[in-house]
Amino acid sequence: MSKQKLVVIGNGMAPGRMLEHLLELAPDQYEITIFNAEPRVNYDRIMLSPVLSGEKDYEEIIIHGDGWYINNNITLYKGHKVVDIDREAQTVTSEHGVVESYDKLVIATGSNPFIIPVPGHDLAGVLSYRDLDDVTAMMLAAQARDKAVVIGGGLLGLEAAAGLQARGMDVTVVHLMPTLMERQLDPSAGYLLQRELESRGIKVKTSANTKQILGDKKVTGLELDDGEIIDCSLVVMAVGIRPSTWLADNAGLEIERGIKVDPQMRTSDPNILSVGECAQVVGQVYGLVAPLYEMARIAAHTLSGDDSQEFVHLDTATKLKVTGIDLFSVGDFAEGEDRDEIVLRDANAGIYKRVILKDEKIIGAVLYGETADGAWYNDLKKKATDISEMRDTLIFGQAYQGGAAMDPMAAVAALPDDAEICGCNGICKSQIVGAINEKGLTSLDEVRAHTKASASCGTCTGLVEQLMALTLGDDFDPDAEKSMCPCTDLGHGDVRRLIKAKSLKTIPAVMQELEWKTSCGCAKCRPALNYYLVCDWPDEYADDYQSRFINERVHANIQKDGTYSVVPRMWGGMTSSKELRAIADVVDKFEIPSVKVTGGQRIDMLGIKKEDLPAVWADLGKAGFVSGQAYAKGLRTVKTCVGSDWCRFGTQDSTGLGIKLEKFMWGSWTPAKLKLAVSGCPRNCAEATCKDIGIICVDSGYEIHFAGAAGLDIKGTEILGNVSTENEALEHVVALAQMYREQGFYLERIYKWAARIGLDEIRSQIMDNEERRQEYFDRFVFSQKFAQVDPWSERVSGKDKHEFKPMAALQLEAAE
Amino acid sequence: MSAVSMALDSSLVDIGSIHDVPQRGARCVKKGELTIAIFRTAEDQFFALEDKCPHKNGPLSQGIVHDGCVTCPLHNWVISLKTGQAQGADEGATKTYTVIVRDERLLLDLEELS
Ligand code: SRM
Ligand SMILES: Cc1cc2nc3c(=O)[nH]c(=O)nc-3n(C[C@H](O)[C@H](O)[C@H](O)COP(=O)(O)OP(=O)(O)OC[C@H]3O[C@@H](n4cnc5c(N)ncnc54)[C@H](O)[C@@H]3O)c2cc1C
Ligand code: SF4
Ligand code: FES
Repeated sequence: MSKQKLVVIGNGMAPGRMLEHLLELAPDQYEITIFNAEPRVNYDRIMLSPVLSGEKDYEEIIIHGDGWYINNNITLYKGHKVVDIDREAQTVTSEHGVVESYDKLVIATGSNPFIIPVPGHDLAGVLSYRDLDDVTAMMLAAQARDKAVVIGGGLLGLEAAAGLQARGMDVTVVHLMPTLMERQLDPSAGYLLQRELESRGIKVKTSANTKQILGDKKVTGLELDDGEIIDCSLVVMAVGIRPSTWLADNAGLEIERGIKVDPQMRTSDPNILSVGECAQVVGQVYGLVAPLYEMARIAAHTLSGDDSQEFVHLDTATKLKVTGIDLFSVGDFAEGEDRDEIVLRDANAGIYKRVILKDEKIIGAVLYGETADGAWYNDLKKKATDISEMRDTLIFGQAYQGGAAMDPMAAVAALPDDAEICGCNGICKSQIVGAINEKGLTSLDEVRAHTKASASCGTCTGLVEQLMALTLGDDFDPDAEKSMCPCTDLGHGDVRRLIKAKSLKTIPAVMQELEWKTSCGCAKCRPALNYYLVCDWPDEYADDYQSRFINERVHANIQKDGTYSVVPRMWGGMTSSKELRAIADVVDKFEIPSVKVTGGQRIDMLGIKKEDLPAVWADLGKAGFVSGQAYAKGLRTVKTCVGSDWCRFGTQDSTGLGIKLEKFMWGSWTPAKLKLAVSGCPRNCAEATCKDIGIICVDSGYEIHFAGAAGLDIKGTEILGNVSTENEALEHVVALAQMYREQGFYLERIYKWAARIGLDEIRSQIMDNEERRQEYFDRFVFSQKFAQVDPWSERVSGKDKHEFKPMAALQLEAAE
Repeated sequence: MSAVSMALDSSLVDIGSIHDVPQRGARCVKKGELTIAIFRTAEDQFFALEDKCPHKNGPLSQGIVHDGCVTCPLHNWVISLKTGQAQGADEGATKTYTVIVRDERLLLDLEELS
């Protein structure tokens, strides 16, 4: 039988889930085509807020990568908006003119953000909050670190406000109603939430209506009804969504608030289904994924020819995804004659809990500040349990039922099997426990992969971990030293210790003696082992280049197009006309497309073909350059300022000391990269106080700093101590570097190592214990005998020739 | 030698010796725009894959080779040398080719490449 044609309009979360179910239920029934107005694959829209705040990358929130469509033979038209449905001919047409015919059609166009039509709503700088493009635009706007106004104090608005603030903007939330999130929270909880946001520096204006947005071409401010003007360069409107129904409407389908569908998700045309925010089922439209995923499941059944499934309304609990704010609400919490409520407040702890009862049954709950019992209340509500027995203790939570207080673990243990743990995906306790037991899952990632629990908005992660602890007992220890990688159960610390204790001197010896579970390791453990062995046995160990990352193997940095960049050392950031001329000649000769001054005070030549590398190095070598090791987990740059040579404030020769340090330490391998700087006075023009190791010259000598960070984390340095001469400074810095080399875990920067070992321990070994310091220093010097070989000149003279040439070039055959 | 493999032989081309490729490493063979990476594992198995990661076309020949897989140097996808499939949660595949080892020589099938 030939396949039927299924066309899907919209590629959001609802149809994505529908197709997963359908491919399971009836893998061969349909030839599937999707049109998506957004130019991308299916991603977790819920997680846009963590992308905005910088806690996640777009790549991390993709649900179906390109490969998924290929593997399932699905044609995905990205960036194709469907503009017409012809129900007679059973075809759809995209704005680019692509026409596809269908046997079954699914409309999943989601919603559109509502834009309040105030004057100025169309100025540049007014954004909505719906898709990745909005987030990218907000991130760009936030670079100005300027002022932003978010209109709307609901879930989306507050997440946008928190994200923009995390990006450094000064944010004001303007909300029409008297309290925040009034649809999910009662006024008391709304008040606590407002207080929390204000204490974080977000301004909140409630009962405030926007009169107009000000500006000529771009936003400059916003005026409220009462005449108040708020300056800002960005306005985000998050005032609600409207189901996107125009396409269905034009096709003559029945529309009310959304596209009307029956409990099997069929529209008024039986060949057309609709799922997601655009659909109206049993009289309701929805804006949270849990009910949309239920629609998806039912639509998949209907498409597979099984009409037995029906959509039934369910309340969905709401949580706000702003780190550090715990709130939970479910059901109906309006006051009323026929209702009772129980309230608990703890002003000091900022806790508020309210449970709403009708006929001795829970119909709603609002929790702020402490939400652990949310799942329990929700469960009692769903089952309509009569609570009269436990009425007195109900508000204290599950822990207090049955006499003694329970710890959180016992509370999780006491949850019934069908208690919902993950609201987004509708996963209950028994499904998680079942998967852990049947599939032998031991990590959170595995549980996510197999059950989808905690894989959408992530707010139930704590509960899932408790369930894992409960199910696995001692086998689950989230705080345990993590194993290096799946090839071994040992952590980095154990491996380093055992390499020394057992005198293991080759990678195969380590793997054999420490019972590696794979035959030849993986891309995580091999580079780590190679470093540990290089560090521990500098004279005996033969560096294993096949265990090094490509950059360290070919001594250049791989670029996104497969070409390389080359950064020669410029000692302490000093250069000369001769050096610059040599660089200019190399750039011309090899037609190097880009030359850039790096953040590390030297010059980067980018876009060099791999085959050209040895010749480039040969020319640079002739001019006296050596590799800058800009690729190495090893010594990178030593930045300096002009110091006493030129500067009117310079107290010591900072340039000279920087050059000495770089010449002494270049070539050394370290657990992670190691960057130094020397500043000539506390004005600190070389930025020494955010480096791995930094020196601030002062009148009386040298202040040695360490454990700073200015990359993924930002952290000022700690002071190691003061010394009075240049030689002492060098000796202390080198000893510190060696201590780190011997103890650091692979890829652990010095500030992380220091936090693990303790600052006092490091000070006492390096500053106070002269003998210890001397030993470290001597071991560093010994290892430099083997490390200080310029890798470029080695390769110019033929080492690893095979790396740089193809082994064969086949002739293209002439056409016959 | 059977008639069938004789016939095939006409399209086989010698690309070099097995010793040209380092263990747990790779070398490239070029044919016009096409680059094929020849991998050699720790156990001396040989594989040929197009030198393009299914993720963003990273040069797989530059990756770390381990347990029948190579880890792409650009963003660490792990690709099976045998099937070309991305491992774990990533999805996608790289084209694979047949390499024949005969008397320590490596042979590719030209017909497969065209
Ligand atoms: C070239 C340069 C940018 C520039 O044009 O200025 C650069 C380029 C890269 N940096 Fe950087 N970083 C450069 C200075 C910095 C600085 C500033 C500095 O050194 O004063 C920092 C902040 C300080 C620090 O080290 O933390 C910096 C923090 C990072 C980080 C974050 C490290 C961290 O632990 O937080 C990475 C990612 C990593 O290493 O995993 C990174 C990674 C990279 C990589 C290697 C990304 C990669 O893996 O391909 C880039 C290589 C590009 C190339 O091929 O040349 N780069 N990078 C700078 C080279 C300096 C040099 O001369 O050697
Ligand atoms: C920032 C943010 C945070 C959120 N947080 C939560 C949360 O914590 N919990 C929760 O449950 N929900 C949350 N939501 C809501 C949730 O993301 C949505 O309910 C869900 O994504 C809707 O799925 P959908 O498939 O119906 O529509 P969408 O995911 O909106 O997908 C619709 C797609 O159809 C495309 N499209 C529209 N018209 C056409 C056309 N004519 N032709 C082709 N393509 C078209 C659109 O481009 C879009 O890509 C959040 C939403 C946002 C924006
Ligand atoms: S900041 Fe560094 S890692 Fe990021 S793009 Fe620039 S050079 Fe690359
Ligand atoms: S290109 Fe290979 S992992 Fe990205």
